[in-house]
Amino acid sequence: MTIKTLSQHGVQRQQMPCLTKMERMIISMQDPDMGIKLRNQRLLITVIPHAMTGADIFEWLIKKFSISDEEALHIGQIFVKYGYIYPLKEPRNLILKVDNSPYRFQTPYYWMSTRWPASELDYAIYLAKKNIRKQGELIEYEKECYNALHKRINHTWDFVVMQAREQLRASKQRRKADRIVLECQEQAYWLVNRPPPGTLDNIDHGPERRTTNTRVQLNADFYKKEIEHNRISLARNRVKSSICLESYVKYCEQYQPHDPIMQGCLPSNPWITDDIMFWNMNCETVSVPTKLRVERWSFSFMELLSDPVGRKEFLTYLEKEFSAENLCFWQACEDVRHGETSKIPGKVDEVYKQFLAPGASRWVNIDSKTMEKTLEGFKRPHRFVLDDAQMHIYFLMKKDSYPRYLKSDLYKNLLARAVVPQETKKSVLPFIHRQRHSSPSPALATQAAEDDGKTKNSNSFKSNSGTASRL
Amino acid sequence: MGEMEQMKKEAEALKTQIEAARKAVHDTDMASAASGVAPAPRVQLKTRKNLKGHLAKIYAMHWSTDNRLMVSASQDGKLLIWDSHTGNKVNAVPLKSSWVMTCAYAPSGNLVASGGLDNMCTVYNLKTPVIKTVKELDAHTGYLSCARFLSDTEILTASGDTTCALWDLETGKQKTVFLNHVGDCMCLSLSPDMNSFVSGACDSLAKLWDIRDGQCKQTFQGHTSDINAISFLPSGNAFITGSDDCTCKMYDLRADQEVIGYQDAALNSGVTSLALSMSARLIFAGYDDFNCNIWDSLKGEKVGVLSGHDNRVSCTGVPPDGMCVCTGSWDSFLKIWN
Repeated sequence: MTIKTLSQHGVQRQQMPCLTKMERMIISMQDPDMGIKLRNQRLLITVIPHAMTGADIFEWLIKKFSISDEEALHIGQIFVKYGYIYPLKEPRNLILKVDNSPYRFQTPYYWMSTRWPASELDYAIYLAKKNIRKQGELIEYEKECYNALHKRINHTWDFVVMQAREQLRASKQRRKADRIVLECQEQAYWLVNRPPPGTLDNIDHGPERRTTNTRVQLNADFYKKEIEHNRISLARNRVKSSICLESYVKYCEQYQPHDPIMQGCLPSNPWITDDIMFWNMNCETVSVPTKLRVERWSFSFMELLSDPVGRKEFLTYLEKEFSAENLCFWQACEDVRHGETSKIPGKVDEVYKQFLAPGASRWVNIDSKTMEKTLEGFKRPHRFVLDDAQMHIYFLMKKDSYPRYLKSDLYKNLLARAVVPQETKKSVLPFIHRQRHSSPSPALATQAAEDDGKTKNSNSFKSNSGTASRL
Repeated sequence: MGEMEQMKKEAEALKTQIEAARKAVHDTDMASAASGVAPAPRVQLKTRKNLKGHLAKIYAMHWSTDNRLMVSASQDGKLLIWDSHTGNKVNAVPLKSSWVMTCAYAPSGNLVASGGLDNMCTVYNLKTPVIKTVKELDAHTGYLSCARFLSDTEILTASGDTTCALWDLETGKQKTVFLNHVGDCMCLSLSPDMNSFVSGACDSLAKLWDIRDGQCKQTFQGHTSDINAISFLPSGNAFITGSDDCTCKMYDLRADQEVIGYQDAALNSGVTSLALSMSARLIFAGYDDFNCNIWDSLKGEKVGVLSGHDNRVSCTGVPPDGMCVCTGSWDSFLKIWN
C-alpha cells in the first residue's frame, strides 16, 4: 500500500512508502486484544463511541515499543498529522495532546493510501454541504476555496450541489451519534488534505517534473549530435576498474584518520563538547599547525597548495631554492582564472611583464612551444589563456620541488614541532547542562550508560532514535 | 526507413558498442577491490543541534567554507544564514519569490544565491551593511534546481529547462550554456579542480561537462529514474548519484562507468539528497521516507540511520572539515548530527 502517482508517461512513481509502516502500526493499535482500549467519550451532549484519550495513545506506544517519552510523542504527532488519528475537541489543531483529550481512529476509507489525491470535485461537494447545512459555517479560507472552485468547475456545479443535497439528506436519516462521527471523519480528512494557508502542508510533493522535457526536440539535429557524441565516447580511453577502485580504496584508507566522523578528532569535536578549540587550532593564521594537518600536505601536491599555511611554508622553502617565482606565477594564474572578467586583460598584462617577458624580474621557465601558444593567446586574452603555462609550471613544481620539500629539513622540523592536541575531557565542562532524554527506557539504557563521559576517538557514537527503523 | 529513424538506430548501435567497451575494462568490482578493508563500524550519530526558525518546507542548505556558517532556503520565502554551532540566525534574506528550490554559499563567504520556480538565480551580498541583491540572473526558461559558486565572479546553475549554465556575475549574463540533457536538470556538482562539473537530470543520465569549452565529455547511465542528487568525490576521479529509483550509484570517470550501486530491497523510497564524509568512506543519503541512511561506500552496506525528521529529508550537507552532517527537511527543521 504505497501511494502511486502517474507521471505523464503513465510511469508510476512510488511515494511515501512510510505510510505502509504507519498503517501497520495503526492496525495493531486497533487490535481488539492488544490494542488501545477504546471507550465512549462524551462530546458536549453526545456520546461518541470507540474513542481514546491522547494519554492512552502515548502510553500504549511507550509500552508496546519500549521507547522514550519524547519518541512516543513524536510518533503520535505523525499519526495525527497524516490523518490516521484525529482529535475530537479542537479538530483544526492537528496535534497530539497527552492528556484526556479525546481522539478517534480515522476510517480506512479516508486513509492517505486509499484516497489520494483528494479530488477537487469531492472538496467542492464537502464545502457545498457545509454551506448548505449551516449558513456562515465556512471559515475564511474555505470561503475563498469555495468561490475559486465555483469558478473553476462551474460546468459541473449543478452536480456538486445535487450530490451535496443527497448526502445531507442521507445523513439526516442516521442516528445522531453516527452522523457526528461521519462528519468528524470527513472534516479530519479535509483538514489534512486541504490545510489552511500558513500551516505546514504534510502532503505536498514538490514541483512537477518532466522525464522528457518538451523543450528538447528529438529531431534529426538532435540525433546527429548524439551520434557524434557517441562516436567520441566510443573512442575514449578507459581505465580498468581494478585500477580505479584500488586508488579509491587507497584514498579512503589514507584519509580515514582525518575523517572526524569515522575516527573522532582531537582535542574534541566542537559539536559534541561545545568546545571550539579544534577550530582555533586549525584556523588559517595559526603559527603552529597540528600534526594531522602537516601530514596531509604529503598526501598530494594539491593538498599542500590548498592550505594557506602549507602554501606559505612551501614558499619559504622555494625562496631558499631560488625558485619562488614558480609558486607566485601559479598563484597569479589562479587569480586570472577566478577573478573578474573585466580585470583579465590588465592582469594578463601584469603576468606577462613580471613572469614571461624576456628579462622579466621573476622569469619562469616555460618550454618554447607552450610559450608560443600562450603569447598567441595574449592577442585575445580570456580567462583560460594562461592555463597551459600554469599547467607546465604546476607539473614542474609537483615533480621536482614538491618531493624535495617533503624530504627537506624545513618540512621535517615542522612535522616534529607540530602540535598533537590534548584531548578535552568532557568532565572539564561539568557545568554545561546537556539536554538529556527523560527517563530512558530499557532499550536505551545500555546506550545511556556508554554515553557518559566519552569524547575519545571511539567508533561508537550514540543515536537519539534508531527505533524508527524498527517499524 | 526515414532518415531520422536511421540516425536513431545508428546512435543506439553506438551506445551498445560503448557498453561493450565499458564491460571489457570492468575487470573487478568494488567488493573484491575492498575485500581487504575492515568494515566500517556501526555508525550511530546523535542530533547535536536542532535549528528551528523556518516556517515552511526547507528545500536546500549549503555549508560555508568556514565550517560554521550555513545558508538554508525555505518556501516561507526566506534564506536564513545560521551560525550553526551556536544556533543563532546571523542573517535573514527575504526572497522576492517564495518558491525557492536551491541555495548556495560562495567559497569566499561574501555571497549567497537562491533560485527556484521564478526561473531566476538571485545573488546577494552578505557583507554590505544591509544585505543587497547583487544580480538577478534571468535567462533560464525553466525552474532553477541547483546553483553553485565557482568564485565571487562565476556561478553555475542547473535548470528545469534541461540546461546548465555558467554565468559571469559582473555582467549578469550567461557565458556558457551546457546543452545535452533531455529531461529537467535536477542537480550539479563541481569537480575539486574546478575545471569540470557533473549534472544529474530527470532523463536518468549523469553527464560530465568541461567548463572551459562547454562540451559534454561523458555520459553515464544506469539509473532508471530522476537523478536528484549528485556529488563529486574529493579525489575528483569519481562521483556519486542518488535517484528516485531508490538507489545511489558511484561512477568512475576514468573507467567511464558505474562501479558500485547502493541499494537495499527494504528501501523503496527515492533518494532526495546526499553528502559524503571527509574521507568519502561514508555516504549520507536523505530519502523520501523521512530518514537519512548512512552507507559504507567501500563495502556497499548500510551502516547507520539518522531518524528524527517528520517529513522528507530534502537536503544533506557535510562541512568541508567533515565534522558533522546537517540534514534539512520538509518538516521545516535542520538537524546537525555527529
